[in-house]
Amino acid sequence: MGIISLHELNSPNISDVKPPLLQDALVTKLAEETRDKGILLAKLDDLLTWARTGSMWPMTFGLACCGIEMIHAFMSRYDLDRYGMMPRSSPRQADVMIVAGTVTNKMAPALRLLYDQMPEPRYVISMGSCANGGGYYYYSYSVVRGCDKIIPVDIYIPGCPPSAEALVYGLMQLQRRVRSENANKKVILKT
Amino acid sequence: MSAVEKDIEEERKLKPFLINFGPQHPAAHGVLRMILEMDGEIIERADPHIGLLHRGTEKLIEHKTYLQSIPYFDRMDYIAPLSQEYAFVLAIEKLLGVEPALRGQYIRVLYSEITRILNHIFCITTCALDLGAVTPTLWGFEQREILMEFYERVGGARMHTNYFRVGGVKEDLPDGLIEDIYAWAVKFPKFIDDLEGLLTNNRIFRQRTVGIAIASKEQAVEWGFSGPMLRASGVAWDLRKMQPYDVYAQMKFDVPVGQTGDCFARYLVRINEMRQSLKIIMQCIEKMPFGSVMCDDLRVAPPKRAEIQTSMESMIRHFKLYSEGFHVPKGETYTAVESPKGEFGVYLVADGSNKPYRCHVRSTGFAHLQAVNEISKGYMLADVVALIGSLDLVFGEVDR
Repeated sequence: MGIISLHELNSPNISDVKPPLLQDALVTKLAEETRDKGILLAKLDDLLTWARTGSMWPMTFGLACCGIEMIHAFMSRYDLDRYGMMPRSSPRQADVMIVAGTVTNKMAPALRLLYDQMPEPRYVISMGSCANGGGYYYYSYSVVRGCDKIIPVDIYIPGCPPSAEALVYGLMQLQRRVRSENANKKVILKT
Repeated sequence: MSAVEKDIEEERKLKPFLINFGPQHPAAHGVLRMILEMDGEIIERADPHIGLLHRGTEKLIEHKTYLQSIPYFDRMDYIAPLSQEYAFVLAIEKLLGVEPALRGQYIRVLYSEITRILNHIFCITTCALDLGAVTPTLWGFEQREILMEFYERVGGARMHTNYFRVGGVKEDLPDGLIEDIYAWAVKFPKFIDDLEGLLTNNRIFRQRTVGIAIASKEQAVEWGFSGPMLRASGVAWDLRKMQPYDVYAQMKFDVPVGQTGDCFARYLVRINEMRQSLKIIMQCIEKMPFGSVMCDDLRVAPPKRAEIQTSMESMIRHFKLYSEGFHVPKGETYTAVESPKGEFGVYLVADGSNKPYRCHVRSTGFAHLQAVNEISKGYMLADVVALIGSLDLVFGEVDR
């Protein structure tokens, strides 16, 4: 009936299909549908998921050492642009916040404020052991022991600092998570 | 002047326009927050707010043994990690009276210069990025990746290598590394030329940096500048020449000195320092002797693996060294190294125990940042971006 579903595309050996290829397949099918019939019927969930995973714009929140590895992930060798990820400096344009570095007591209100300014649906990646739970600075008098004390975190990336590769892997984990959840539900439940 | 115009004029005098720059600003190089008092687009006062990355490192070091404290120095200036370790290790060596192994000294100098290039690439390219040039960053970070691989091969970590030890370095260079460093060093001048081709005579880059945020010779000395910031203002001062540590005394290199003291002079000094660092790297590769990378002082040198497995005493000594740590005799020292950003010093007070009594860090960026108000006065808002880029600030080190 021209209803496109990701599950339809999912062959039994779905694990062989890499995420970018899966997206290409979806786009090709979408194009065919519109060309043949002039209309498009699709599950809203799948469309939204496709759009969300295809252009996750992270907000750069480079606080400390992990910020440098985050920059490396965006630069020539790891090139997150090929996943449609572009660093945005405004929280209002961002989908995912990468908390890269030590969150200090003085920075904590700003972190929360920036999180609140992000539009739904929003995701948070906690990068590095300081953001995960204080890490090497756990016993310090001025450090928040984990950014999950302030904002809800979706993905934790271990390491001090995690290599740029680890961050890329973490972002792919987040894409997988977005793909598996019911896109509509998240919005309805949260508003 | 009409009544309305008069009102506007008076209001303008009463209330200078305030701009809040940061703490989450892409051109703020980390977590700098600046309150700028503006007259139109002219800066009247710049008030830097620091402490957004204050992690209490100095206090934490007091509760860690000397060996456990070394990684904190990696995490201070995280763009040039090994230079910080160098200062701390030299300070402990001074208090203990340990003479580091010669091969260890060469490796430390070699890695300290690799660190300098690592830092200057970052500083120059991100400054250029803030001024609108994207290509230098894309090219420069590829070189940084290569250098971080060299880090990884000696210490296992890309950034926080924790490689220097009291009395030398942790382990010898793995097979083939020195050849790879040589192969890279032969090719690297091409990159510097390319980078210069992109920036030095670039009209936009020049317009944004030449004559911007000038620090005179007197100002630079008064505000406690060091490193490229000081040299760009025309003061020939380099700790590697003035009070050489390890084998720097045997290295032949020049100290580039700028004349104008503006952002462009700082850029040129950094470019030329990279070329000089390359010279030192080549000399290190050429002259590096064979032998142990760790001194034979039993207070700090861990026993060899084979000895641990055969001798009970070695086993005990190994356990004691890595659990209790070594004791440092009573005393205090100020030891400074020429880090890529300037004079990085460690003031260490030991009370005879296995932990430092007090460890104060003289950070380079702090001295540079305090002069922002003085040297940005009268320039435009957009010039602050060029200034901050050329200051080479890293907040892990400024706030500590």
